[in-house]
Amino acid sequence: MGITKQKAIELYSVMVKIRMFEEQVQDLYARGMIPGLAHLYIGEEAVAAGVCGALEREDYITSTHRGHGHVIAKGADVRYMMAELFGKTTGYCKGKGGSMHIADMAMGILGANGIAGGGLPIAVGAAFSAKYRNSGQIVACFFGDGSSNNGTFHESLNFASLHKLPVIFVCENNLYGISVSQRMHQPIQDIAIRATSYDMPGVVVDGNDAVAVYEASLKAVKRARAGEGPTLIECKTYRWRGHHEGDPNLGARYRDREEIEQWKKRCPIKRLEGRLLEERWLSRRKMEEIQKAIAQELDEAVSFAQQSPYPAPGDIFTDVYVAG
Amino acid sequence: MRQLSFSLAINEALHQMMSSDESVFLIGQGVKSPWYVGNTARGLFEKFGPERVIDTPVSENAITGAAVGAALVGMRPIVVHPRMDFMMYAMDPIVNEAANWHYMFGGRSSVPVVIWGIINRGGEQAAQHSQALHSLFAHIPGLKVVMPSTPYDAKGLMISAIRDDNPVIYIDDRWLYKIEGDVPEQIYSVPIGKGIVRKRGKDVTLVSASYMVVESMKASELLRKEGIDVEVIDLRSIKPIDELLIFESVKKTGRLVIADAGWKTYGMAAEIAAIVAENIFDELKSPIQRVTLPDVPAPASSALEMVYYPNATHIVQAIKKLLSGKEAPWRIKSVS
Repeated sequence: MGITKQKAIELYSVMVKIRMFEEQVQDLYARGMIPGLAHLYIGEEAVAAGVCGALEREDYITSTHRGHGHVIAKGADVRYMMAELFGKTTGYCKGKGGSMHIADMAMGILGANGIAGGGLPIAVGAAFSAKYRNSGQIVACFFGDGSSNNGTFHESLNFASLHKLPVIFVCENNLYGISVSQRMHQPIQDIAIRATSYDMPGVVVDGNDAVAVYEASLKAVKRARAGEGPTLIECKTYRWRGHHEGDPNLGARYRDREEIEQWKKRCPIKRLEGRLLEERWLSRRKMEEIQKAIAQELDEAVSFAQQSPYPAPGDIFTDVYVAG
Repeated sequence: MRQLSFSLAINEALHQMMSSDESVFLIGQGVKSPWYVGNTARGLFEKFGPERVIDTPVSENAITGAAVGAALVGMRPIVVHPRMDFMMYAMDPIVNEAANWHYMFGGRSSVPVVIWGIINRGGEQAAQHSQALHSLFAHIPGLKVVMPSTPYDAKGLMISAIRDDNPVIYIDDRWLYKIEGDVPEQIYSVPIGKGIVRKRGKDVTLVSASYMVVESMKASELLRKEGIDVEVIDLRSIKPIDELLIFESVKKTGRLVIADAGWKTYGMAAEIAAIVAENIFDELKSPIQRVTLPDVPAPASSALEMVYYPNATHIVQAIKKLLSGKEAPWRIKSVS
């Protein structure tokens, strides 16, 4: 089940797009141009790219507060994302959702969730619906190590396994639940072992290796589509930035500089670059072309966001209820 | 017209909606158990099978959240919480997820889910098996909350709740289950957000919902014998609330009593008092009275339950107090 050249290049492009989007947001946030909270995904790109690379367009994802990467990987349009981050009416949610809530039903993005652990039951329900409708769709459910201590994690895995629902539970173990390290928040190292309690496969993957994530996901996708039930995939990774922009990140409070530097050396993008060069699938020059094209797409997204209007004051009262 | 009990009226709504719409399914604890949800789920499992009548593990949070997720992608789930107290485990999917979803995502998706909570007050079951928590949900933008009091409305509101594209909290009271009433055999709906005058009267407006409508009707009958003419309003929906119906009545009677099966502080009765005071204060001839639970948890002992639950006698007392009072000070014209 080796990865193809085409798929490897696709994963690379997605990861670069996520990284550059997040760096753009980091910069705009620092300059006070983006309001609210921005939880950046830098360092974890291989997870979103690898998982979504194994899905079809019709498949669903649920996402988290740190969701920009997931939705980009599933095919969200960066113009509408950027406009949403700017609080503009042209954004995905007309400026009512912001950074933590991007949804695009046409792309199977059910909605990013600001409540840690809140997305797990929703993913299970979407999978229940897919199974009932016999649609062949599956659901990838992203959540963090922190949420694996939440009741929703246990209830959702139990119910999904009991009914053999087509879900892939993707635990992004970035070693911190806000500021609490994993060894301070749970007495286990591998969250994947919790799958045993629910009689489903639990897989530990190097979350900074996009190819490994992709291959593990393919296997889980196959199992889900065959009606054999869910899989828990734990991706070991690391967030380079703070919990959100503005969070003291550089080691002063809850993690040391050395640890951050060590993880930066394991950059998921550099890693896939190495593979692409080694296989002679992509030259340096081609990589630069990809980056340049993404830079232009992001420039256009920022212009689109800046030039878009803010919602009108009266819009505050619309969309509370579905009319009719 | 054909007579049917309140619980069988719900049962008929479920049968008919599940037959006519394949996206409707029932999920919750005890849906196969005759004693847990009464006879509201009678025959459903036999007819629709385990794919559409799902008896669940004790996982209120995930089950309710799963219903929200299924609703997002084309289903119309009904989640039942046979004891409303346990629905507190599901506050996240109800309050953070279902209620916010349509707004938070700019109106681009919706959550057509019915979350059905049954109030089981009385019976010496104490504080965790008796609570009427409707006001908690009525506080939340994005939710609708309905509380039928008759078999006719129990069926019609269940049908409306299932058809509604928004999350609807359907709350009923087990004390109503054996009440018989007129119920048409066909599918029909009762509009959400519309109350109804159960009895016309001119002296005082009595507003209530769900089981308290039964006590209100008893009270109005007792008072009729004493020559006091009470107008009884059954809200049917507490969110959105039929303000105009209340205002119209209070403009006529000039007096308002609210009977609620919930607690007093920050509750449904407080809200109704506030909207009346805010909008038609000048129409009031006397201060507003509330008949509610005292602000204490539900006790077990029947001796204490007798004090705890408000009934027709309490309502009669409140109305008499109101009518015996002096003219409200704000209505006394100043002499210049």
